[in-house]
Amino acid sequence: MIPYAFDYTRPESVEEALDLLDDDAKLLAGGHSLVPALKLRLSAPGRLIDIARIPSLKGIREENGEIVIGAGTTHAEIMKSDLLKQHLPMFAEGAALIGDPMVRHKGTIGGSLAHADPSADWPAMVIAADGEVVLRGRNGSRSVAAADFFIGFYSTALEEGEIITEIRLPVPAEGTRMNYQKFAQPASRFAIVGCAVVRHPDGSVRVAFTGVSDAPFRDTGVEEALSGQQLTDDVIEAAAAKAAEGVSLNSDHFASEEYRQHLARVYCKRALNAVA
Amino acid sequence: MSNKYIGQSVKRLEDKRFITGKGRYTDDIKLPGMTYASFVRSPYAHARVNRIDTSAAKDMPGVVAIFTGDDIASAGIVGVPTGWQVNFRNGDTMKEPPHPLLVPTGSTVKHIGDPVAVIIADSREAAFDASEAVEVDWEELPAVVSAYKATQEGAPQVHPDAPGNLAFDWEIGNPIDEVNEAIEQSAHVTTLEFVNQRLVPNAIEPRAYIGHYDEVSDKYTLYTSTQNPHLIRLLMCAFVLGIPEHKVRVLGPDVGGGFGSKIYHYTEEALVTWASKQIRRPIKWTETRSEAFMLDAHGRDHITKAEMGFDAEGNIKALRIKTYANLGAYLSTFAPAVPTYLHGTLLQGLYTTPKIHLDLYGVFTHTVAVDAYRGAGRPEATYLLERMLDLAALEMGKNPVQLRKQNFIPSFDGVEQPGYQTQVALQYDSGNYHGVLDRAVEMLGYDEFRQMQQEANQNGKLLGVGFSTYIEACGIAPSAVVGALGARAGLYESAQVRVQPTGKVSVFTGAHSHGQGHVTTFAQVVADKLGIAMEDIDIIHGDSDAVAFGMGTYGSRSLAVGGSAIVKSIDKVLEKGAKIAAHKLECSVDDLEYAEGKWTVKGTDKSISFGDVALTAYVPHVYPQGLEPGLDFSSFYDPANFTYPFGCHIAIVEVDKETGRVKLKRFIAVDDVGNVINPMIVDGQIHGGLAQGIGQALLEEAIYDENGQLTNGSYMDYAMPRADDLPSFELDRQVTPCPHNPLGVKGAGEAGCIGSTPAVVNAVIDALWSGGHKVKDIRMPLTSERVWRAMQEQNTQILHS
Repeated sequence: MIPYAFDYTRPESVEEALDLLDDDAKLLAGGHSLVPALKLRLSAPGRLIDIARIPSLKGIREENGEIVIGAGTTHAEIMKSDLLKQHLPMFAEGAALIGDPMVRHKGTIGGSLAHADPSADWPAMVIAADGEVVLRGRNGSRSVAAADFFIGFYSTALEEGEIITEIRLPVPAEGTRMNYQKFAQPASRFAIVGCAVVRHPDGSVRVAFTGVSDAPFRDTGVEEALSGQQLTDDVIEAAAAKAAEGVSLNSDHFASEEYRQHLARVYCKRALNAVA
Repeated sequence: MSNKYIGQSVKRLEDKRFITGKGRYTDDIKLPGMTYASFVRSPYAHARVNRIDTSAAKDMPGVVAIFTGDDIASAGIVGVPTGWQVNFRNGDTMKEPPHPLLVPTGSTVKHIGDPVAVIIADSREAAFDASEAVEVDWEELPAVVSAYKATQEGAPQVHPDAPGNLAFDWEIGNPIDEVNEAIEQSAHVTTLEFVNQRLVPNAIEPRAYIGHYDEVSDKYTLYTSTQNPHLIRLLMCAFVLGIPEHKVRVLGPDVGGGFGSKIYHYTEEALVTWASKQIRRPIKWTETRSEAFMLDAHGRDHITKAEMGFDAEGNIKALRIKTYANLGAYLSTFAPAVPTYLHGTLLQGLYTTPKIHLDLYGVFTHTVAVDAYRGAGRPEATYLLERMLDLAALEMGKNPVQLRKQNFIPSFDGVEQPGYQTQVALQYDSGNYHGVLDRAVEMLGYDEFRQMQQEANQNGKLLGVGFSTYIEACGIAPSAVVGALGARAGLYESAQVRVQPTGKVSVFTGAHSHGQGHVTTFAQVVADKLGIAMEDIDIIHGDSDAVAFGMGTYGSRSLAVGGSAIVKSIDKVLEKGAKIAAHKLECSVDDLEYAEGKWTVKGTDKSISFGDVALTAYVPHVYPQGLEPGLDFSSFYDPANFTYPFGCHIAIVEVDKETGRVKLKRFIAVDDVGNVINPMIVDGQIHGGLAQGIGQALLEEAIYDENGQLTNGSYMDYAMPRADDLPSFELDRQVTPCPHNPLGVKGAGEAGCIGSTPAVVNAVIDALWSGGHKVKDIRMPLTSERVWRAMQEQNTQILHS
């Protein structure tokens, strides 16, 4: 279809983008969620601000004990990053499960987090890895823990006039194990269930889900069941059985609420087995 | 005749322009002064149109004209017809309510997307914007989407003059009393109630049309993304617009796939043609992908109960079927033929079943039209038969391969042995059904697989194998036969072979390539028949002014029918060429032999080349007395029978016990499509067909909700098969030539799509039985959740209505 008419600007810097960002504007990065919405006339911004090529939003670096991923970094760049393969292999592996090659080469991690599709892959991984989302507005930057960033259905802590600039992830201690397991929706390849698990050398485990509910979430029920336990088959089985308890469950043609909860348990078990 | 090209995997001549983005599709064509159309479409499946207010839209920038259904009605245009008439079994005439180009006020829209107005503007953007400014007062009415429910008392009526929503009811086969008796006397009866679900065709190029009326020549040109330009011209001129056929040129430029959906004459084609005369400017309409999901005629959508009776030894004694076929809201061009003559007549399958009866209901619903989609009726018949065979084998504890073999029709070549007369009207041309099954089973390694299955089971994995053997009727069709069956057109094909003075050859064919590679395959045939190089041949199609007449491409017919027409014309060229050659060589025609592009006096080295004869034909200075100059022949070929390709497909799947997820591990296909001109192109056709057939089994379905809303009309929700859903296919081929056409070819376009679907479903059922879940059926597509739920029902029989 054909979008409504809009203006298009390609600023050179985040500052310039922030100056342009008003409530009639939308930020365009990879465009793989926004452009279809424009074409279906579901979204009708007066202006698109194309931030895909702003240099300061690109790249992956290590800084003060953190891995910093620029918000404009594509899924494919994350998939190929040696730094991530070394420290946060779940991110490189998880990136490979996103969409298809075209989506991976255009779509960005910042765009995915900002859009907050309840079935997107990154939120589960960023929450499980205890990441922070760095937001910048005209009055400066602030940092929000990923677990607090996702508020609800397509809804985040982003305030009007803010741009995600980077994602900061603590460099895990030696011996940390992590895994992302995904049951993909056959058409869109978004997650019907995505489960990310990070197990630290001290035995603590962080578990996060995407696709299951209206927003990604950290599953403290599973985490508590694992607390202070060796990851034996029985422990894993018992903990996974608590997956996605007490959350509102999504339902669609591919997975009812009941089946989704079942999948959450199975994929939680598989992710835990992978880090056991 | 030479053998340089036929049988070779010549690379496709058309691919360079396609893969470098240089194809010329209808939407690529821009005419001076062109305008763009956008339709105002119903958001309801069933609603009365009380009022249409176009006043605001008229004032929008760039708007050229707006037409509503009232304008069309006052122009005397009733609507688009169907091309096939299937009457009620009691002789009553088929119900054929009008299908208006735009629904007028006071009338009712009958499916989502049914149009009520068209906006024509200077740009596509302006047309879109203005279409949103049209205000329609809709009065929503109750809708019905299921073919079964639509026939029940109290169901919402789609058309007032089609009571019970029946377009027709119909039967074929042996007398029902005989079939009932045979079922009653059977030692075992396998019963299955199932849904063959509705599919969206999903051609990669959405439909696009340009209507252009030229005042100076008083001629119309229609550019259309179609599979059959002449048929569109005939239907539109004679049955819709009432304009003289010689004043209309229909062009089908490059077309990006059809799978059946572009056979039909759609309302938008007639509308842009008619409206272009009203505004005296060309009008382009290019469908959006959302419209393609909603409006391109869908496929399948049968609800069926089938019973197959066996004697104690496992011999099939009878088959009794009741099917509700969803036809949608309006009868599309071939719609009545699909569940009847393309489905009922194939229920013999490869088996000697002595008693068969199909009881069929063609039903109107508040959904878009259902018509032929790759395979068209034959996949539905094959699915039914092959599911029954594998299920019967499981129920009776028999080997599914042996069960088939003991019931197979014995081999016959159609020359020494006669064709096989079925209980359902057809006579098969030639077949060796044991051959394809034996070869496929050899590729599988049956015993090894069963051992592997057992071991997998002990290791907590579920493996399954599914078999499918199929036959299809292609090369549609002998005109007299289809005429007797209700077709409103003949189904021959035309070809003109024009030898140019320099010996280069232009071939005009009524077939239409929209991905099949005709330009390559046909040139291979012509090159070998004439003994000249492929580079010296041009294949021209898709232009009703250039090509005499033609019936287009569908039903795997192009080579069997269109190719045969080309051969007929080549024979005429060579016959006349021999007369010219004999004159030049001062001998008699009988002294000549033709090979490698030249006529030679037998036993001598005296010869004359094809090119020299061509030149002589057009510069007839030294020339046989009384012979007309020129070397240019047209032919029409009307086939003597359908062709009957057949084959065996085997699927091996692994089912995840915890999630129900199905992984297709291997897929074996041994197809017999008769003689093969280009093996690479045939393999490509089989591959594409397999992907679509497997897609139906595992992924695809158009889902309407109770209100008639299409709930998954986008690629985010409608699952198409992708490369990573499929294994590397294991193909082999057997060749049983068609005995009744000059090339011995049978057609390969639909085979993959016909055989594969039941093989996959059978494999999943087999996997579940091996794990102790004795499930009879899982509704397609076999989503992970459906398979998982089936496994929750331990040892029970799940029947789906």
